[in-house]
Amino acid sequence: MVRSMLFIPGNNPAMLQNADVFGADAVIIDLEDAVSIQEKDAARILVKAYLESIDHPPMKIYIRINGLDTTDYEKDLQSVVTDQIDGIVLPKAKVCDVERLLTLLYKIESETHMQKIIGIIPIVESAKSVLEIEKLAALSRIQGMLLGAEDLSADMELMRTITGTEIEYPRARMAFACKAYKIDAIDTPFTDTSDNLGLIADCQKAQNLGLNAKAAIHPNQLETIHDVFSPSLQRIEWAKRVLKAAKKADDQGLGVFSLDGKMIDKPIIERATKIMESAKRYRLLPVENA
Amino acid sequence: MLNTLGRVVPDTERGFISATNYQSQERILIPEKAVVDKPVFLGSIKAIFDQYHITDGMTLSFHHHLRNGDQVLNQVCREIQIRGIKNLTIAPSSIFPNNAIIAELIEAGNITNIRTNYINGPAAIPIDQGKLKGLLLMDTHGGRARAIESGNLKIDVAILACPAVDYDGNGSGTEGLSACGTLGYAQSDLRYAAKVILITDTLVNRVKQIDFDGKYVDAIVKIDSIGDPEGIVSGTTKITKDPVGLKIARDAAAFLYQAGVIKPGFSMQTGAGGTSLAVAYQVRKMMIQNQIHGSFASGGTNGYYADMLKEGWIDQIYDVQCFDLDAVKSYRDNPRHLAISASKYGNPFEKDPIVNQLSFVALGATEIDLDFNVNVTTDSLGRLIGGSGGHADTAHGAAVTIITTTLAKARLPIIKERVTAITTPGEDVDVLVTERGIAINPRRTDLIDKMKNSQLTIMTIDELMAISHQLSGIPQAIKKPGKVTGLIVYRDGTILDQLYQRL
Repeated sequence: MVRSMLFIPGNNPAMLQNADVFGADAVIIDLEDAVSIQEKDAARILVKAYLESIDHPPMKIYIRINGLDTTDYEKDLQSVVTDQIDGIVLPKAKVCDVERLLTLLYKIESETHMQKIIGIIPIVESAKSVLEIEKLAALSRIQGMLLGAEDLSADMELMRTITGTEIEYPRARMAFACKAYKIDAIDTPFTDTSDNLGLIADCQKAQNLGLNAKAAIHPNQLETIHDVFSPSLQRIEWAKRVLKAAKKADDQGLGVFSLDGKMIDKPIIERATKIMESAKRYRLLPVENA
Repeated sequence: MLNTLGRVVPDTERGFISATNYQSQERILIPEKAVVDKPVFLGSIKAIFDQYHITDGMTLSFHHHLRNGDQVLNQVCREIQIRGIKNLTIAPSSIFPNNAIIAELIEAGNITNIRTNYINGPAAIPIDQGKLKGLLLMDTHGGRARAIESGNLKIDVAILACPAVDYDGNGSGTEGLSACGTLGYAQSDLRYAAKVILITDTLVNRVKQIDFDGKYVDAIVKIDSIGDPEGIVSGTTKITKDPVGLKIARDAAAFLYQAGVIKPGFSMQTGAGGTSLAVAYQVRKMMIQNQIHGSFASGGTNGYYADMLKEGWIDQIYDVQCFDLDAVKSYRDNPRHLAISASKYGNPFEKDPIVNQLSFVALGATEIDLDFNVNVTTDSLGRLIGGSGGHADTAHGAAVTIITTTLAKARLPIIKERVTAITTPGEDVDVLVTERGIAINPRRTDLIDKMKNSQLTIMTIDELMAISHQLSGIPQAIKKPGKVTGLIVYRDGTILDQLYQRL
């Protein structure tokens, strides 16, 4: 699971060189919208060279290829599908597109004798994709789903608003589907990079609807995204206390017990366990001061 | 001869021994200048030269509180030019790009020696070219105060810009057209120069806040303008938006917290650069998150620190100079925003200087070497681009000194086997924080021990240098330098390093 996915333009060497220092849980190297038609070839060469140069980066690496309705996607896949990446981010994805991509990936993986099985993150950015969310989530190799609110709103002929009312339905539907199939539910990027308060509110709305991650279009959005999508220090402390009390109760043969006057049962213990797992995964457990 | 850092220093000078060697030396204090009954009013800068017989070979001092907006040093230089005075020593506390006229006076032989704490801009070019007939001596802020009070730097006439002056000669930094806040760097000049002249553009009946005590002032000159307010606010006052700089700042703050430095009552200095301010921002975030209140912040300060003071996260600001108008306002209005002299700030012979009370300081570097020696005086080609200012003072005094820098700037690695010039000795530098890892000086076994379970990426400085070489390659050695153009003077008066002509 991830909290953040940072878009990095595939034609920006300075950003690529520092991709591993920004602190994103995953990066999406973009060969689609961020790269103009004239620069597509150069970007593919650059990204290929970048992938060859890295060694055990601390983040997952995904590539957003050009859509399957273009002439570029095959060249994209030939250039970047290697053991160095974790998956492909597929724009304007429908079930039929993902199935085509699966076939292409099988072919490249077998031809190049790859060790890795490449994952897929479809971008839900059309009305039809929204209606196929559950089917998309159930497909093989799907590691998460990314909401693309700008294109979706255009498709729906809706204005994007700061409150995000127009995307509440796809957000919620995606959250349920992803939770059901244990994959990442990744929220659409917040496009105003200078509005941190707006970003906080947007992250909180997504999190309240059940999404567990958010895409970022600037590295400076990551700190806020991580703050919202990580368990707080208070929650970690609470989870520690619950698990300590649960162990004590277990030793005493008690099934249900109370902590701070509140009953603690199995669902609460499970929630505490998940919080501690997240805290460990994201290295949030405080280091004791000497 | 070689000093203990292995650097060549002139046989006639005392080479650097150690950062604590001053502790075995006596403080030398010359008598303060005679008290003046009443200052005289002179009609122009020209009149100063006549009244005080400014002539060949004298030493004139200035301060840099008007920063890149200063017009006083420039106007004095014009008068020197007109009169054709030769072989002068000038001792401004810093020299900014705005002071370009100095370059002409160096070339013409009007100015043959310079003593300052920082030099950046056109004035540095003829020095790099070997055109300064004498030497450039680069002090620290605290070291300059020591040099003046001990008579090592003898000032014939201190010509001090002052935003507002009253008829008793008292000066204020917070009033007037060019209000710049505290006037800490000029306090030693005021007390020990043979003659002290205040230059102002605002005369008032009585200043509200006295920064220059009138009893030391021999003369006052009112001119139309002492500075350009836009240039006065030339310190970087905004947190960097560079994501790499922000990452470094986050890691620096996390290091400080995990090492137990950020705890109730701690004190801090972070400088005014974008990344330094980002460190302050991250530290403040941790203070709020963990409800930790600090004791004081020091240094040149700005509105960011003024806000922390106002919000109660720190109890005091000890301020040598203000970097922006918010800091000026805070100093004027908040009784807990206190002015200090450069001597109280960082003079090693001062009893309990402020730098010695710092829990941590976060500083920059243009180069750092495998012994943790830091260069902020030259670039990697040996060209003058700055100077210690308070770098070496705070690095020595603070309990923990952190250097924050990217591994490469303009595709040149920042970590060197040996820095081009030593501004701050490695024994005073504890931690290097870069975007790809943190190195702790092996001397600080206590910090290494505290961080042994940290999830931050801790590695050796050699490992960090290897990473930077992977990224940017190993740069070629620079061409052999020419004659010695200057000396870098440690705060105790010993010589850290020599500066060389660029061929």
